[in-house]
Amino acid sequence: MLQIKPILAALKRHKAGTILIALQIALTLAIVCNALFIIQQRLDRIARPTGLIETNLLTLQNGWVGVDDKSTGPLVRADLQAIRQLPGVEDAIATNSYPLRGGGWSTGVRTNPDAKKSEAHTTQYFVDDHALATMGLKLIAGRNFRADEVTEVDPQGVVSASQIIVTKALADKMFPDGSGLGKVLFVDDGTKPSTIIGIVERLEVPWNSSWSDAFLDNAVLEPYQLTGGYTSYMVRSKPGQLAAITKSVPETLFKLNRMRVIPSERGVRTYDMVRAQAYKSDRGMAILMGVVCLVLLAITAAGIVGLTSFWVGQRRKQIGVRRALGATQRDILSYFMTENLLIGIAGVVIGALLAVGMNLWLVTQFEMARLSLLYVAIGVVALLLLGQGAVLAPAMRAARVPPVEATRSV
Amino acid sequence: MFAYYIQLGLRSLRRNPLLTALMVMAIGFGVAASMTTYSVFRATSNNPIPDKSSQLFVPLIDNWGPEDAAQNKGEPPEAISYTDAMGLMRGHRAKRQTALYPVGPSVIPADASLLPMREESYAVYADAFAMFDIPFLYGGGWQPADDDAHAATAVIGRKLNDKLFNGANSVGREINLDGRSYRITGVMDTWDPQPLFFDPVNTSGFGDPIQLFIPFTRAIDLKMATNGNNNCNKHAGEGWDAWIRSECVWIQYWAELPEQADAASYRDYLRGYAAEQQRSGRFHWAPNVRLYNVPQWLEHEKVVPQEAKVSLLVSLGFLLICLVNTVGLLLAKFMKRAPEIGVRRALGASRKEIYAQFLIEAGTVGLAGGLLGLLLTGVGVFGVTLVFAPDIARLATLNMSLIALTLLVAVLATVLAAFYPTWRAAQVQPAWQLKSN
Repeated sequence: MLQIKPILAALKRHKAGTILIALQIALTLAIVCNALFIIQQRLDRIARPTGLIETNLLTLQNGWVGVDDKSTGPLVRADLQAIRQLPGVEDAIATNSYPLRGGGWSTGVRTNPDAKKSEAHTTQYFVDDHALATMGLKLIAGRNFRADEVTEVDPQGVVSASQIIVTKALADKMFPDGSGLGKVLFVDDGTKPSTIIGIVERLEVPWNSSWSDAFLDNAVLEPYQLTGGYTSYMVRSKPGQLAAITKSVPETLFKLNRMRVIPSERGVRTYDMVRAQAYKSDRGMAILMGVVCLVLLAITAAGIVGLTSFWVGQRRKQIGVRRALGATQRDILSYFMTENLLIGIAGVVIGALLAVGMNLWLVTQFEMARLSLLYVAIGVVALLLLGQGAVLAPAMRAARVPPVEATRSV
Repeated sequence: MFAYYIQLGLRSLRRNPLLTALMVMAIGFGVAASMTTYSVFRATSNNPIPDKSSQLFVPLIDNWGPEDAAQNKGEPPEAISYTDAMGLMRGHRAKRQTALYPVGPSVIPADASLLPMREESYAVYADAFAMFDIPFLYGGGWQPADDDAHAATAVIGRKLNDKLFNGANSVGREINLDGRSYRITGVMDTWDPQPLFFDPVNTSGFGDPIQLFIPFTRAIDLKMATNGNNNCNKHAGEGWDAWIRSECVWIQYWAELPEQADAASYRDYLRGYAAEQQRSGRFHWAPNVRLYNVPQWLEHEKVVPQEAKVSLLVSLGFLLICLVNTVGLLLAKFMKRAPEIGVRRALGASRKEIYAQFLIEAGTVGLAGGLLGLLLTGVGVFGVTLVFAPDIARLATLNMSLIALTLLVAVLATVLAAFYPTWRAAQVQPAWQLKSN
């Protein structure tokens, strides 16, 4: 520590190099902090549970051909009956959507039908009494739908059902004291009351973009089977039978009725595929940022090695003089380490400010969250360690300069 | 002299292999990262119809009122209702105009061994073909009279024509959609504007090329529901008739207004239209209308994915760091040669010549970095499939202009980075250098 004064004096003579290293550390810190933060946010999103039991689950997109939209009800029922009878199939449902599918229904909910504004936003899933078993939802209060409660409706004429099952998140939002079961909700702007007969622990909305984050876990299940040109099927296989039913279900459907379109892309997907495709850009972004961070740190380290090596080369004679005057190898080593630490500290101070500033700007531009200072702290420590690591080799070479160097050349 | 300096530069690349390798790598990685992300950004922020982008306009009309608009910064809904679409069509104030919406009819091939299929399809008016500069391989669009007659006509894409008619001229032949027969009036040549400017609301701007157009009036007759978004501010009521009379918004509208004055008078017309709706009691609020041209509309719909913007920014930061790094390394490299510079100066080289020599040397370093960067950009462009959805990733390609740009950026950036180190090199005092040696 006694050496700080002479180091500062020496640095003054190497202004350009000092500034360059500090600047590089500062910029690297700013970018690495923000990149790490983006990675963490993306990983958090990917880790969000859908509420489904995602193993052994298959999804199909079916479009009807040449059938009037109102007359598809019997066709869907025939499909479901055929699928449920297949060997390897545990259960199946027809639904308008499912979590991570991307498209679906959403609407407002209120407890008071006269309220002008809705109190919460929710998605609507139109399913039958097999939904809990097929999706793998956990019923934490009340009961499932009964088969006789399920009715067929035209999508353009949907009026909220008399009995509904809601997620715990929605029930707690509407009835904060936890007494949602048995209470009445008004879904849509209809004045028809819907009684909550059951509460499931969790079920996500079909979207995973930022607009739906505000009501991510708000879902209403209604005992309706929609008619219309499109139907989504979800099929739960018996353990180990997923691959087999992925082939047999579409084959059976085409055998039953050829007048349908199951798209070749995204028509038949296991839920693992649904998840991978839904979070593709999140995962990709995390990977990209990870690669950028690693390369950036490597380049910064290489830059420090390069410049310090140059300094050591330039100062061989001075080092020799110091060694001849009694400085130990340790003294020389610690001189260069301390020098790097001082530059590093200057760099991380500027870098921390840059990191926060960059994040504030990103927040205004891209609806991103505020950077947690923890990331800045991690980045600071990482870059200081990186600097010390990078300077180690040139500093050790400096320490090995023999005292006799002082007498070489004039 | 230039050739000689290049030769010197190449020779010096080999002299400090470590420093050189570090610099080449820094430049290579920096350039590759920025070019890869730029290729995606360029593809997504492309102007899809450069000749007409300032002549095609989307009108929006607030039919929901200020309470709903307040939730969206005062903006009207991003589509219009059937009532308003028909009102504007009747008004007929633009040179050309069309209402449009995505539909989902199934194509039933005449060959019974083929399964029915669904292609990207839209219901439009006859004007759409001329408005959007849609190219034709055979025939052309249907006539405005067909719109009025609610005719069963269709325009199909080249890909669909290949599937159904093996690429033969199918104009005048029939196509079976949902069991109904349509007469083909034209086969489009490959038409794949990116982003798909005429309906970013339903496609987010990037999707497969459209393969089928049918008349809007016919689609409404057949009660074809939209295959895209339908947004209602209140319950539409039951059935088709209630739906098309409702304030639900699901139709995109386009008007072609060639002159600036046309756009101004169309804006007045829209305001007048909304005011009339207010007078008639349908709107209980002052006119709130918008008129966006193509670039404004794509900006409004945020067509460039957030990933593309953020990663471009991060990559530019990355390039900046690589350049700072290069400045430092070049400084070290040049200052190591102070004695040599001293000798050259003493033998009569001017500062200008020192500048020329070292900048050219930096250029060779940049070129080497650019070549590495090119290789890495190739890997990166291949790797964007990891990050971006396939429909966007397919747009990012390594073409000639990207190759040229990569090399240019690498060389320019390195020469720029070399200015300070070169200035320092030129400041070397010959006498001092000679003496100390």
